[in-house]
Formats: sequence, structure tokens, C-alpha cells
Amino acid sequence: MNPIETVLELENVTMQFGGVVAVDSFSMHVDQGEIVALIGPNGAGKTTAFNVITGVYAPTNGNVKLRGKIIAQGHPTGKMRKLYAGTHIGEYGKLISNTPDRITEMGVARTFQNIRLFKNMTVLENVLVAHHMRLKAGLFSSVLHLNLQEERRIRQESLDLLEMLGLGEVAQETASSLPYGKQRYLEIARALATEPRLLLLDEPAAGMNPQETEDLSDFIRSIKEKFNLTVFLIEHHMNLVMDISDRIYVLDFGKQIAEGTPQEIQDNPAVIAAYLGVDEE
Amino acid sequence: MTSKQTFTHSKKVDLGTIVAGVIIVAIYAGVFLLEQVIPPTSMLFTVLKKGATYALVAVSMNLLNGFTGLFSLGQAGFMLIGAYTYSILTIPLSQRAAVYQYYDGGLVQFSLPIIPALILAGLVAALFAFLIGLPVLRLKSDYLAIATLGFAEIIRTVFQWDKMGPITNGSNMLRLFPTFNDFNIKNAQGEVVVYLSTLIPFLIAGVCIGLIVALIHSSYGRAFMAIRDDEIAAEAMGINLARHKQYAFCLSSFFAGVGGAMLAMYQNSVQAKSFTSAMTYEILLIVVIGGIGSITGSCIGSFLFVACSEWWLRFLDQKQMIGTWEVPLLRNGFRLVVFSIIIMVVVLFFRQGIMGTKELPDLFRRKPGVKSKRKEGAAK
Amino acid sequence: MMSTVLPYLLSGISVGGQYALIAIGYTMVYGILRLINFAHGDVFMVAGILMVYISASGLPLYVCIPLVLILTAVIGFTIERVAYKPLRTAPRMSIMISAIGVSYTLQNLVLYITGGLNQFYPRIPFISDSVTIGTATTKMVTIVTPILTLVLVIALVLLINHTKIGMAMRAVSKDYETSQLMGIKINRVISVTFVIGSFLAGVGSLLYFTNYTTVIQTSGAMPGLKAFVAAVFGGIGSVPGAVVGAFIIGICENIIKGLDVILIKAGISKQMFGLATFSDAFTFALLIVILIVKPTGLFGEKTTDKV
Repeated sequence: MNPIETVLELENVTMQFGGVVAVDSFSMHVDQGEIVALIGPNGAGKTTAFNVITGVYAPTNGNVKLRGKIIAQGHPTGKMRKLYAGTHIGEYGKLISNTPDRITEMGVARTFQNIRLFKNMTVLENVLVAHHMRLKAGLFSSVLHLNLQEERRIRQESLDLLEMLGLGEVAQETASSLPYGKQRYLEIARALATEPRLLLLDEPAAGMNPQETEDLSDFIRSIKEKFNLTVFLIEHHMNLVMDISDRIYVLDFGKQIAEGTPQEIQDNPAVIAAYLGVDEE
Repeated sequence: MTSKQTFTHSKKVDLGTIVAGVIIVAIYAGVFLLEQVIPPTSMLFTVLKKGATYALVAVSMNLLNGFTGLFSLGQAGFMLIGAYTYSILTIPLSQRAAVYQYYDGGLVQFSLPIIPALILAGLVAALFAFLIGLPVLRLKSDYLAIATLGFAEIIRTVFQWDKMGPITNGSNMLRLFPTFNDFNIKNAQGEVVVYLSTLIPFLIAGVCIGLIVALIHSSYGRAFMAIRDDEIAAEAMGINLARHKQYAFCLSSFFAGVGGAMLAMYQNSVQAKSFTSAMTYEILLIVVIGGIGSITGSCIGSFLFVACSEWWLRFLDQKQMIGTWEVPLLRNGFRLVVFSIIIMVVVLFFRQGIMGTKELPDLFRRKPGVKSKRKEGAAK
Repeated sequence: MMSTVLPYLLSGISVGGQYALIAIGYTMVYGILRLINFAHGDVFMVAGILMVYISASGLPLYVCIPLVLILTAVIGFTIERVAYKPLRTAPRMSIMISAIGVSYTLQNLVLYITGGLNQFYPRIPFISDSVTIGTATTKMVTIVTPILTLVLVIALVLLINHTKIGMAMRAVSKDYETSQLMGIKINRVISVTFVIGSFLAGVGSLLYFTNYTTVIQTSGAMPGLKAFVAAVFGGIGSVPGAVVGAFIIGICENIIKGLDVILIKAGISKQMFGLATFSDAFTFALLIVILIVKPTGLFGEKTTDKV
């Protein structure tokens, strides 16, 4: 058996906006086939970490590695260089950054905390858009509709995917007309259609009732098996997190305060303090 | 003016598409017949020719503003480039001395046939769009609008510059190039046998609009709409924003360039100073009246707009008597006032315009929403 | 050398001041509504037309001028209430289109009323008088404009920084929704902004048309666009920025108008290049360069989108 491959790795990633350090020297890794959760109180920097991984922001410092290859690298410049002395990785002067579309192409897909569907397009079109980058047809053959076979194939694949996610019935509806829960599933469908190997879910259970949340954890497990995925998710529903995660990272004020299995995290005093607050005496 | 081929990806051709196809064929047949019967000086043909030209330009603008969500106000500039490219390339050699009388017959000493010149008109406009797009497409909505508007102004100035005279004839008029009337088939005596001067602009515009419709229904069209709906999500779906915006911008400008060439043919002459931002605004208002995001709407909008401004509302500009009573307010300029008020009413109270986002075939289809809701109900 | 440049420099400063007065309207409205008020240049033009018609009615100037300014402010207020307020919640493109519609309407109304003919602007005593500075002869308005502009701008900045309504304006431009929650009457603030902007455009029109002597329905378009560029150049939302930007644009534009003459007199070039044609194009070239190099302008604040 091959040694387990590390899919995603963050090394000392720092993201600073002006004076605010949203993510502070955060290191973590997700291995092939794992489901890893990132938790923490509101404003802990979880979504910012996602945005760094997916290329929306370029990190101020540190590396983001995908299957061992650096996909984003920040290094402090000017005055910051002194501040971060010793913690930077890699050479000064070498900046690596990839736009979000490149990172999606490398096999990283994501969903958004505040649902970002293509509202005026149909459910099916939302999924078809995700196939666009992998189409072989160029602009001209696409416009002249010479790629009928390919178009038919992605249409069928998209419909199958929607069927599997229980959205087959509404394929021709406008995305914005779907009920909230289905919109969340459509976001996942769309992400899966980009053929990812790593799936990032940003609060997939937000706004769902307990029953729906329970269904969701089965669902995440099933797509993980089916598509041979590695999953990294942000979530507030602790039941869901404890149920499906292999490992959990906890962020507070941008800093990692704990890492471990669900059981270890539940017993960790620092985590309890961060969530419940401690009297400062 | 949607063409049938666009809907081939749906498995069976539905009723709406068939009816729409029939209507389009009927329109073309009607135009051809009318032209043979009604005297060519009729106002009708002015409206139809200019309407077809504006329809193409409006659809090209809609591609950008309505389908890609890029608020660009550079349309007049790209039309200018198209109009100039076409007329510079097609003025017959024998006429060049007369046209470029202040510039020793000009620099360009060859002349192309109409169709290649039309395509070149589009390509040159697209090339300019590409160069302009490199810096400005990074800008957000309203900044993009003002930057493209600015570029259109710069283009207008450069084309009128005296030093450009040998090519553009400076601020003088370009004329004597082939126009729509040259499409009429004449017999040996020089009498017109078959009139085509209205059908041809319809065909040119039809082919171009057909291509735009095909584009919108392709994977690229979906990518454009995704960018319109949510840039960040589109990027997360692997769509390269810079590249796709550039595609949309260049393609739109290509068709605006062809539209500009058509305008030159319609007007029989070209002068840079007429391609002002007011022209862009007019086209934008056509798009709004027709419905942002509807190709059919842009087409209907432009014919209505041209018909009203050139024909139906002309009476508002002259004194009118009903019996012995003189209708008040009517004098030169009143038409435009009425027009502006109509436009403001549409903008404020009928934001969907005539068509909203519907297309011609949709009018003959049962509403998909109603149908599936019924199904959902049955399932329960 | 200096004597060649001086007249261009003077008219540049003068035009710059006039642009500044228009630019303030753009920058304040943008700061609060995030709207490019395309109709603002036309409000400026309408102020010019009002002056033509009101002074022709025979009223004395000391009645005419305040009346024109008040009416211009009323027009600005009305436009906002009729054309922009109903679209508060609509997509941004709709409200911009509405602004373009208003611009189109104002131009066509004026075309109808004037018959599309150039209207001669009345002579205003004192500021229309000629004056000689060094070697250059110019109108008094050239000297009055920058002074008046600065006085008005200082008054405006004081208003924004030291009055209750000014504080409300600053709050709204920082965060529209929150300030609404804090109980600020948004509509009142917006109306006041339009009234101030239009009033200043009215003052600008008095000075500008005294210089150019005629008004036509399209007179507002170019100065309007240039003032907008000035606002962007200075950093949209910033009043001092708009003023600085306007002076820079006014001066550059006029220097370019005379560049051929200046270059020949300085012995740098031998022939006329017709560079004056580019005085308008320059403004837009400048705009594009700024938008690319520093989109926030000279004094603008940085904003980031939230994902």
C-alpha cells in the first residue's frame, strides 16, 4: 500500500488586512481520503483561510501546498520582513500566486458560506457552468455548435449528478427559486461538477434544521466515497462536526488553539474556553 | 431574429422554436415582397434599414451589458472604427481623389469588395477592443462605464486629427463608398429589376444576431452569464475572468464594428463627429426599452425606436391643426421630449422593458415554472 | 517663455475652478449613493439656460443670480426624488441608466425650449470685465473663479466636518446601512447632498458661461465628464481631492491647447501638430491611467469586497 498522500498543506500561513491579522501563522494538513473540520468562534479566520487556499486572497506569509506543490506563497515585504523574521518559508523575492480559477482547475472545489449561486440561471445551467473549464471545444466550435457530442455528454452527466443529489425534478427551475436547503445542495452539486479531488465546504449546514443536518452528514460521507474525495469543511453544528470528522482544527482570533480527533477536541480545555469564554482573573 | 440552429441542443424541437422560426422566415419574406411593391422612397424602408442596423448594435451591447454584466459605454467608438474601416477600404479607386481632396487622394490605394470589408470592419473594432480591454476590463461596473466612454471620446478625437488625414480624411466626410442601394439588381438600362437594399441589411444583421444567439446558448454564453450573476462564484467554477471578459468585450465590439459599417452604408457618408456618447446612450436606451437580457427585446426596441424617431412621432415636430384649432406645444424638438418622457417612464416603472429576459420562442411556450410546479404538486 | 505660457495657465486655473465646482457634486453624490450622476453636467447646463431666460425677463442681476442658484438646487433635488429615489433598492445598473435617461431628458427639454440654437449668456458686470495680468489680458472671472472656488470649498468642508448634517453625510458615505440603523434620515441626507451639489454647479455655470458666452443643450456634457474625471482623479468621495483634480485637469487641458504655440516659441518644434485637438482626449487618457495605476485616486480610501 502506498503511503498516505498529503493533499493539502498550510505552512505558517498568515493573512493580514491592514492592522488586522485574520489568520496568524496557521499550519495544518489534510490527507487523502480524510474529512477534516475547521472550527472556531465567529470571526476566527476560518473563511479567510478558505479564501487563501482557493486563491481569493494571496497570503501575507507562508505557503499553501497542494499535493506537495506550492500553489500560493506569500512573503513579508518592507517593514513586515522584520516582524516575520524567521517564520517565512521559501526564498524572498519569489511570490507564487494562482487565481481562483487555476486552483479550481487543479482539483480544489468550494462552496460558499453565503450561498453564491448563479441566480438567474437554471439549476441545470448552474451545473453546466462548472463543466465549462474542462471542455475541449474552443470558442469557435462552441459558438457554431460543432461540439454537440461533448455538449450532450456534459448535459447527461449534469442531469445524473442532479438526480443523485435529489435535484433532478427542479433541473429546469431558476436557481433563485429553490428553497434554501436545495440551494445548499446545488452549491455542492456545482462544486462536484468541477471534478475536484479536494472539496472545501464553508458551513454547509448553516440554516438547516436538525433532521436536514443529520441527512447532510450521511450525504457528505456518501459523496466522499463515491467521488473519492478529500473533504475540508468549516462548520458550526458540533453534532455534524463530531460525527463526520476524522480530525479537527480549532482557530481562535486567527491562531490555532487545538488539533486532534473529535474526542480530543471535546475534552480540550482551551477549546472550551474559546467557545464559552473564561473569566479573566 | 433568432435563428433555428441555436436550439439544436434540446432533444426535440419544441413548438415555441418552430413558431419563432416561422415568424422570422415570414418577416424576411415580407421585407422582400414589400420592397418590390412599395416605392423605395417610402419612410418604411428608412426605418427598416436603420432599424436592422441599430438592432445589431443594440444586441451587441446587450451581449455585454445584459449577458456578461459588463457596463460598457464604448459602443459608439467601436461603431466609428467599423464605419471608418469599411468606408476607407471600399471607396472605389476612381473616387479616392475626390474624397481625399485635401490629402492627395489618401494613403490607401486599393479597394476591397463589400463582404471582406464588412468582416474587416468587425475585426479592426475587435482588435481595438482587445487593446482597450487589457487595462480597463479590470475595473468595476461604473468605472468601466466611464473608462469605455472615455476611450470612445479619444477614438473620436484621434480619427479627426489632421495628421491622420491621409487615412481617415481628418474631420472631412468619407463618402462615395458602396451603400445598401448598390445591392439592388439592375438591368442593362440601369433600371432596378429586383430590390434588395432592405433585405441585405436584414440578412447581415440576421446572420450576426444569429451568431450572437448561438454564442449565448453555447458553453461560453453560460460562462458569461455566470460572470454576470456572480463573479466570485464564476471564478470558483474555474472560469478565467480576465479571459472571458475579454472574449465578451471583443465579440461585442466585433459586432458593433459591423453595425458601424452598416450605419455607414445606410447614411451614405461617415463623419467621426457624429459618433458621440449620445449615440451610445441612444443604443443603451433601446436595450433598456427592449429588456436587458433579451435579444428579441433589443431587436423590437430598435425598430420601435427608429420608427418613432424617424417616422411615427415626426408629426410632433410640426404644427398640427385639428379643424381650426392649433394643437399646442408641437414644434421642433417636441418629439424628443415625448421620447425622453417615455424612456424615463420605462426606466422607472417598467424596468423589465418590453420583453424582460424572454425571447421570441418563450412567447409560444407554456411557462416552464407552472408546469413543473404542477408536477411537484402531483408528486406530493 | 513665461509670457507664452501665462495666458494658458491663467485660463487653466480659471476653468479648473469651474470644473471643481461641478466635480464636488459628482464626488459627494458618489460618496453617498455610489452613483455616477450622469445628469449632473446637464444640471450645470440647465443653470446656464435658466440664467439666459431669467435675465432676459428684465429682472435685475441681484435678483437673477440668487434665483438661478435656488432653481438649480430645486432641480437637483427634484431629479433625485423623481429619478433616483424610487430605484434605491434596484441593481446599480438601473440607477445609472436612470441617470443617463435624466441627462437625455434635460438635453432634449432644453433643445425644445431653445430650438437648438446657441443662447447668448448675459454679461455680468465686474466678472465680465477685462483685466491685464502681466502680459496677459483676460476677463475678471479668471481671477474671481479660483478665489470663489476656494471660499466655497472651505465653507463646504467646514459644513461637512462641523455640522450635524455634515456628520450624517460622512456617516452615510462610510456605511449606508448602519447609518440607517443609527436613525439617520437617509433621504434627507441624500437630498441635502443633491441640493449642495446642484447649487455649486449653478455657481460654476455662472463663472463658466461668463467665460464661454454661449449655452446650448450639449454644453454640459463635456465639462460634466471632465469634472467627473477630476473627481475620480482626486479620489472619488473626497471633496479636497475633487478640487485638486479639477485644477490639475483644467491647467493641463489648457496647456495642451496651447502646446503647439508654446513648443514653437520655445524653439522645440518647427511646425504645428494640431495637438490642441487632444485637449479633451487627454482628460480621458489621464482618467484611464489613474484607474489602472491607482483606482482610488489621489485621496481616495481603499475598499475591499467581502467574499
